[in-house]
This record gives sequence, C-alpha cells and structure tokens, in this order.
Amino acid sequence: MNEIFSITVLSLQVSALATVVSLLIGLPLGTWLALGNFRGRAFLLSVINTGMALPPVVVGLVVAMMLWRSGPLGDLRLIYTPWAIVIAQTVIAAPVVTGLTAAALQSLDPRLSQQLLGLGASRGQMVWRLWREARLPLLAALMAGFGSVISEVGASMMVGGNIKGQTRVLTTAIVLETSKGDFDQALALGALLLTLTYLINLGLTWIQQRARKPEQSARRAS
Amino acid sequence: MIEIRGLLIRRNGRDALRVDSLDIHDGETLALVGPNGAGKSTLLLALARLLKIERGEIRVDGRPLADWNDLEYRRRLAFVFQDPLLMDMSVEDNVALGLKFRGVTGGESRARAEKWMKALGVDSLAKRRAGQLSGGEAQRVSLARAFVLDPELLLMDEPFSAVDPQTRAQLLGDLSSLLAQVHRTTLLVTHNLKEAAQMGDRVAVIVGGTLKQVGSPRQVKANPADESVAAFLKELPQ
Repeated sequence: MNEIFSITVLSLQVSALATVVSLLIGLPLGTWLALGNFRGRAFLLSVINTGMALPPVVVGLVVAMMLWRSGPLGDLRLIYTPWAIVIAQTVIAAPVVTGLTAAALQSLDPRLSQQLLGLGASRGQMVWRLWREARLPLLAALMAGFGSVISEVGASMMVGGNIKGQTRVLTTAIVLETSKGDFDQALALGALLLTLTYLINLGLTWIQQRARKPEQSARRAS
Repeated sequence: MIEIRGLLIRRNGRDALRVDSLDIHDGETLALVGPNGAGKSTLLLALARLLKIERGEIRVDGRPLADWNDLEYRRRLAFVFQDPLLMDMSVEDNVALGLKFRGVTGGESRARAEKWMKALGVDSLAKRRAGQLSGGEAQRVSLARAFVLDPELLLMDEPFSAVDPQTRAQLLGDLSSLLAQVHRTTLLVTHNLKEAAQMGDRVAVIVGGTLKQVGSPRQVKANPADESVAAFLKELPQ
C-alpha cells in the first residue's frame, strides 16, 4: 500500500512539473507563433503541430541517448532518475501546449490586438488581455498537456528505468504487473490512474466552465 | 498638427496607399471617403503606427513619427474600428480599459468612465457583459471607450457601418455633437458623402490607393479633382 502511494505521488509530481515547465515554454512560444509576423512562421507552426503527435517511445529513445552515461549530457547523471522522466515528459507536452496556445490565440479576431494597441496597450498588456480573452482554449491546452504525459509509458520506461522506489510511476508499474501476469494489481493501478486523471481534469474543467460564464456572452464582432 | 509628405505604404506586397501631401489641423474633423479597399483604413492604421511606412514621412507636432516613443505616441490617440471589438467583460470595465493601460484606476477611472457612459447613453448598461449588448449599444460603448481617453487624435474606421440605418442616424447625431464639444483632431472613414459633409470640416477622397483630393464637402462635390473622383462621387448615396 505504501509502495502504491509513493508511486502515485511520484507520478503526479513528475507529470505536474513537466506540465508546468511545458506551460512556461509553450505559452510564450505559442503566443509568439500566433501573433508574430516573420518569415518561416507557417513552417515553424507545422513543426510544432507535428511535435504534438510525437510518439513517446521516440522521445524516450532520444532523451535516453542524450542522458546516457556516454551521451552529450551524460555528465549530468540524470538517466534513470525522476528528472530524466520530467525532461522526457516536457519534450512530449511542450509542443502540445505550444500548438494549442497558438491555435487558441489565432481563433481570436485578428483585429483585437490592433484594437488593444489602438487603445494604448503596451505589448505586454496586449498579450495579457489576449490570454484573458482566450482563457477557455488555453485551459484546454493545459489539460491536453497534462493528459499527454500522465498517461504515457514509453518515455518514462526508457529514461526512468522503472526502478522500484525511485523511478517507478503508475504507467510503468501497470506494464510491469501485466508482464508478470498479475492482472488484479495491474487493474487496480489502472483504475487509480484513471481516477486521478479524472479528478484533475474535473478540477480544471470546473475552472474552465466558471471562466466560460462570461465567455458565453463573448464580445460581439458584428 | 499632422503633416504627411510623399507617403507610400505597401501591404501584402502591393502599394496600398500614396499620399503626396496632406495636412491635418488640430481640432478639425477630416472625413475620409472612397470606394472599398481604396486605402482609407490603411491611412488610419499608419497614423496609429500600426503599419510600416515604406517611404515618405508623417510629422506629428513637428516631430517625425519615427522619433516618437511608440507607446507614448499610441497613448495620445484612440482607435475605433468598424466592429466594436469589445473585450469579454462588463461595459464599465470595457470603457475603463484604456485608462487601466495608462495606470489610471480607482475613483478617477470610475468617474471618467461614468461621465462618458452617460454622454453616450450607456450608463444604465454599466454592469452588463459586452456580449449581451445590441450592435448599436456595443458601438456606443466602443465610442465611450475611445472618448474617455481624452485622445489628441481620434481615428474612426467606419464606426457605424455595422448598425441599422435608424441606429446609425442616432449615433451620427450624438457623435457629431460630442465632437463639437471635445474639439479633437478626428479622422473618420465613411462611405457616405452626406455623412462626410455632416461630420467633416473637410473631406479627403481616396481612390485606388491614392489621395486624390482634399477640400470642403461643397468644393469636392462641385469640382472633383479628376474623373475617378467624379465617378466615385456619382455612385455615392447623396
């Protein structure tokens, strides 16, 4: 029981941290891609959109190669630590948050940013206002980012190694129990993972729907 | 005082607007008329520093536009678009938004917002969310949001084209008396020569991306600068 508890806590810690780092990268990057006017923007967006579908196993492979003792970042001695899982999960979630942030801001009326500047907003004030206007899809981006990492197994397995008491998370534990033929245990862990994911998304959805009340009466653009 | 000389603006790879020479005097209302896509909005956006100038110069109070600090300059003006483009918040918060950007908050902000909501007849809607307004109400809020800033330059891009004719007539009347009161330099884009004559001290005709003629509404009507201006005036609702 104690072990399940520590596995659960580690899963949540690792995925929450990866989601927060992805948000810190994806929110500004997605905003820049959505609002910027520069050569190569469409190409970069297509790269990010492809990144949204990165197979976790491939991410795991690349991150493992980077962190491997003999790899370029081997001296950091991060392979088979929770930090390695955070790095791999960030690589998975950051494109999701970036791509959905860009899409959220691009769904706003393009003249809205001109209108804000035309009322004397600084660039920072303008971006803040646009985030507020797009808060509903931005929260969806956050949920999608978290969802993409809490449920992945390939990368966590490859860079974490599924070491008991150190890097074992819910998904890798489920794989292990299944391979041992202990379906009861695997099912229980699966149910736990589902319940946790549901509860977290329930909380985020609640925040999102509270934000929606005013959003329903969104500005008129006609 | 705004002086424009030899201005060329390119948009989407083509010449969008040429203005050889145009002076806009302090406190005057200049009505911009011209067919769709002629470059009227381009002029407003350039004056708001929201577009890059390819060639030529705009001087504001004797200083080249490029010498002004971007934010300092934009905070001298207010832009009203064709659509109200209100934010997803209450009417009073919308009206006070530009003040908030300038660091004006609390009692002063409330008092100024209230004054202009009253002036535009939307004070009873103060707590209403922007999305619950009719088109005419929303445009009144967007006007209050601009006037509350007490801007030195008011740029209005066809602010009444999206409302029904009756509302439009009312709004025009109200705007006309407000402009007479505040006496601010105003550029107003319109399709309608009658409106231009009602609102504008002078009319500027832009056809095919070129400023063709500036003068009093009567002058322009009586002596169109060339055939393109004459042809455009003929098609307008008189």
